[in-house]
Amino acid sequence: MRDGTAVNAAMIGLIVNGEALQVRRGSTVAAALLNAATACRISESGEPRTAVCGMGVCFECRATVDGIAQQRTCQMECRDGMVVETQR
Amino acid sequence: MKHSFDIVVVGAGPAGLAAATAVAEAGRRVAVLDENPRVGGQIWRASLSKVARDRSKERAVARFEASGAKLFSGHQIVDGDAAGALESWVAATQSLETFSFERLILATGARERFLPFPGWTLPGVFGAGGLQALVRSGYDIRGKRVVVVGTGPLLLAVAAHLKQDGARVVLVAEQAPLSQLMQFGLSLITRPGKIVQGLSLRAQLANAQYRTGCWPVAALGDGTVTGVRLSDGSRTWTEACDLLACGFHLVPNTELATLLGCEVGDHGVVVDADQQTSVASVYCVGETTAIAGVDAALLQGRIAGLAAAGRASEARTLHMQRDAERSFGRRMDRAFALRKEMLTLAMPDTIVCRCEDVRFSQISQAAAPGNGWTNAKLQTRCGMGPCQGRICGPALNALFGWKNTSVRAPLFPLPIAALCSSPLATDDATTLVTQEN
Amino acid sequence: MKPFDVVILGAGIVGSACAYECALAGMRVAVVEPAVPAGAASAAGMGHLVVMDDSEAQLALSHFSRELWRELREALPQTVEYEECGTLWVAADAEEMEEVLAKQQRYANSGIASEMLDERALLEAEPGLRHGLAGGLRVPQDGVIYPPTAAGYFLSVAQQRGAQLIQGKRPVRAAEGEVVFEDGSRLSAGWIVIATGTDTSLCPWLKIQPRKGHLVITDRYPGVVRHQLVELGYLKSAHSVSTDSVAFNVQPRKTGQLLIGSSRQYGELKRKADPEMLRRMLDRAVEYMPSLKQLSVVRVWTGFRAATPDKLPLIGPTPDSTVLVAMGFEGLGITNAPGAAKLVLHHLTGAAVPMDPMAFLPSRVARAEAVHA
Ligand SMILES: Cc1cc2nc3c(=O)[nH]c(=O)nc-3n(C[C@H](O)[C@H](O)[C@H](O)COP(=O)(O)OP(=O)(O)OC[C@H]3O[C@@H](n4cnc5c(N)ncnc54)[C@H](O)[C@@H]3O)c2cc1C
Ligand SMILES: Cc1cc2nc3c(=O)[nH]c(=O)nc-3n(C[C@H](O)[C@H](O)[C@H](O)COP(=O)(O)OP(=O)(O)OC[C@H]3O[C@@H](n4cnc5c(N)ncnc54)[C@H](O)[C@@H]3O)c2cc1C
Ligand code: FES
Repeated sequence: MRDGTAVNAAMIGLIVNGEALQVRRGSTVAAALLNAATACRISESGEPRTAVCGMGVCFECRATVDGIAQQRTCQMECRDGMVVETQR
Repeated sequence: MKHSFDIVVVGAGPAGLAAATAVAEAGRRVAVLDENPRVGGQIWRASLSKVARDRSKERAVARFEASGAKLFSGHQIVDGDAAGALESWVAATQSLETFSFERLILATGARERFLPFPGWTLPGVFGAGGLQALVRSGYDIRGKRVVVVGTGPLLLAVAAHLKQDGARVVLVAEQAPLSQLMQFGLSLITRPGKIVQGLSLRAQLANAQYRTGCWPVAALGDGTVTGVRLSDGSRTWTEACDLLACGFHLVPNTELATLLGCEVGDHGVVVDADQQTSVASVYCVGETTAIAGVDAALLQGRIAGLAAAGRASEARTLHMQRDAERSFGRRMDRAFALRKEMLTLAMPDTIVCRCEDVRFSQISQAAAPGNGWTNAKLQTRCGMGPCQGRICGPALNALFGWKNTSVRAPLFPLPIAALCSSPLATDDATTLVTQEN
Repeated sequence: MKPFDVVILGAGIVGSACAYECALAGMRVAVVEPAVPAGAASAAGMGHLVVMDDSEAQLALSHFSRELWRELREALPQTVEYEECGTLWVAADAEEMEEVLAKQQRYANSGIASEMLDERALLEAEPGLRHGLAGGLRVPQDGVIYPPTAAGYFLSVAQQRGAQLIQGKRPVRAAEGEVVFEDGSRLSAGWIVIATGTDTSLCPWLKIQPRKGHLVITDRYPGVVRHQLVELGYLKSAHSVSTDSVAFNVQPRKTGQLLIGSSRQYGELKRKADPEMLRRMLDRAVEYMPSLKQLSVVRVWTGFRAATPDKLPLIGPTPDSTVLVAMGFEGLGITNAPGAAKLVLHHLTGAAVPMDPMAFLPSRVARAEAVHA
């Protein structure tokens, strides 16, 4: 565990745009971002975008995860201590 | 890393699992590759939320697990060659692995079709199946007002599941007119099982409205969706909602088949009675060949598995049943055929390509006679984003009849490190720097 | 009277630029494109507008052309993504640094601005480059465009001036003021300009070889790279005639994407990317810029350059007095298209060009071979 912020076994903690967030273990990052009402990215013409297809084909759920940009968050399960940055 | 199998199956949904099970039970070495962390594909997707037990899934998975087929989850196929090898990207180890095979069975499934309409890019607007998948992976929608719009049998199923997960389903709006659905329903008299399923879904929805012959004309909201404008052709009205789920039936995932050189027709990958494609070493099963539902997928999987394992004759008894399921699929296509109003929903400034924010007016300008997908893509950038036309391609196919044939490896984005010699390690950049100093 | 003054075969960037110049000069123009306009090499090329100094003639043509692009700037639509990001030639060691000096001299002699950078200045200009490189040369007025829409612009201006686009029909013969199509139909014109890229089926006597190149485009990472970066060894790579070669060549697109090249292969005609070549090319890129490794690749494709024996394009009249060619641009046809179109116009109308048109005559290749024989 890198940055153990989990309060109990069923929950894990991640950092989204600098703020701590608790999510259910097994959640994808996209689901976590939706629960936090946080957009994943800003489109070319400046619109906020969130996950759409939930199955890895639309690429709307891209965000920076643990320093790597443009990751599809609907295909990634949350890990304790994960750091997620969205485009703002 | 290199692996070698007699037969490789791509996709661990119902069709792929059935195929692999049949192959393994016939005594051949078989691997199943799937991008997802767990088996099940779309319909049997694993869930965090409490869903009712699905006995057909449990049975299929148990039989698969007992069969000796080897599962490689978290493997995304990015390249391949019908002559005998696939390249898969494994995100967990940040590396490519090669699978060589004698025969290949493609069971890559389908995705939702989206049609652009004003406001469909607002946060809070989802694919119908997409919203269901996101809920299963932890999105909490308790108490949210949901409107489900579009077409296809998926709408009801999704609405029922969302309700189970605590959403308030306000309305399910099916674009197909009742008369068209009735014809479809009547032709199902020979298939009572299907109707019962439809009826029980309807019952589960209880007080939600299910309306046919109406469709979305605009998603409303500033920054996030707050409602949807609907029309039934004579009247338009607004429904308030927190989430809008839309799906316009399904389109097969044919990218890998195309890359391998398999013939693709209007409904999906073209196969013969044994599920063999135009490329002799490659078989194809399930929604990738045509949208026909889980029963067809299971039968096709079994038939292809036996055929690929050299026991095609044992599968002959299943052909009739499979053909019946496929004709059910074709009837479904007709029942849920798009009405012409669906093809005129986009306004000039409606975004069609979400990756690149290409608007409908830009695309219609490029749509002069004689011009097709390639020209529109080159002139407007539609389809050039990371989804490579997976979303806008089927929409433009519906709107203009264009086909996106320009499939290239890698089929999904990869880090540059995956394509060069040195593997990716987090401290790589610094190592190189210090070496040079 | 013939229905057209000039019919241009091929609507790549070169044919489109020719149509533009001829239409602006008041000619009655037809453009014939059997496939997709700007869908062949012009859809594959990088779109780097660069002054190349490998020969006097190339320097003159590419400088002239680059200035034509700069004059067009205001007129080009947004979708052409013109950006004057400059070229940064990267020198790996002291030997290459000497070449930087020589290069700057040659540019200065032609009145082309450039600026030497030492190691520190290089890293300031491009922080993503690895440490330990010797320095570089910045050519600030070089730029980048998106070629398909640039070609589309030329074509649409020509069409507004009455030029006709004939699409979907393949010419199989072009001689004596007449084009014959696959379906047997014919079209006559005062002149025919063949601008069919690597396709020499209408002019098989031309010595043009396809030379395959790979390209990789990434997702959007704005600001990671600021200039078009090219290793100074690029010319060595571009000029090695026999062996396959790769060079470090990274371009920032206006979209925030990075376009990464480059490779050169002869005798390879398959459109499919070759993993081995791709690996070599990306290894080279990562060697110069280790931080590229993490970036996500959206698409990989290949294209074919039309290579001539002496590296110069073939522009001008042929033994058939009604037929001209504008082909053989190798890796510089995007840059050189506007200049080439002015040269074509010169041969048709006598309009002046600020260089010696003789250097590009198709007949020079035959002549040079006769001399060598
Ligand atoms: C500067 C630049 C930036 C780009 N950025 C992106 C990007 O961000 N994302 C992206 O996806 N792509 C991008 N592209 C590339 C583009 O999508 C194509 O991949 C590229 O044009 C290469 O084409 P292809 O071989 O993949 O063509 P395809 O799209 O596969 O081919 C198109 C069609 O043309 C036909 N065709 C191909 N070559 C010829 C020929 N010589 N003659 C006749 N017909 C032919 C093919 O058979 C096919 O039907 C970019 C291209 C350029 C030049
Ligand atoms: C990997 C790569 C990178 C490159 N990078 C750059 C760069 O950074 N900068 C630069 O300046 N240049 C670059 N180039 C070179 C540049 O792309 C080409 O020189 C240029 O596109 C050539 O244009 P064209 O019009 O001559 O040919 P094409 O674009 O190939 O057009 C020829 C047209 O002729 C048509 N045609 C074929 N046969 C017939 C027929 N019988 N009748 C009629 N029409 C026909 C074709 O369909 C096609 O549309 C690059 C090339 C490659 C491959
Ligand atoms: S939600 Fe579509 S790719 Fe993640």
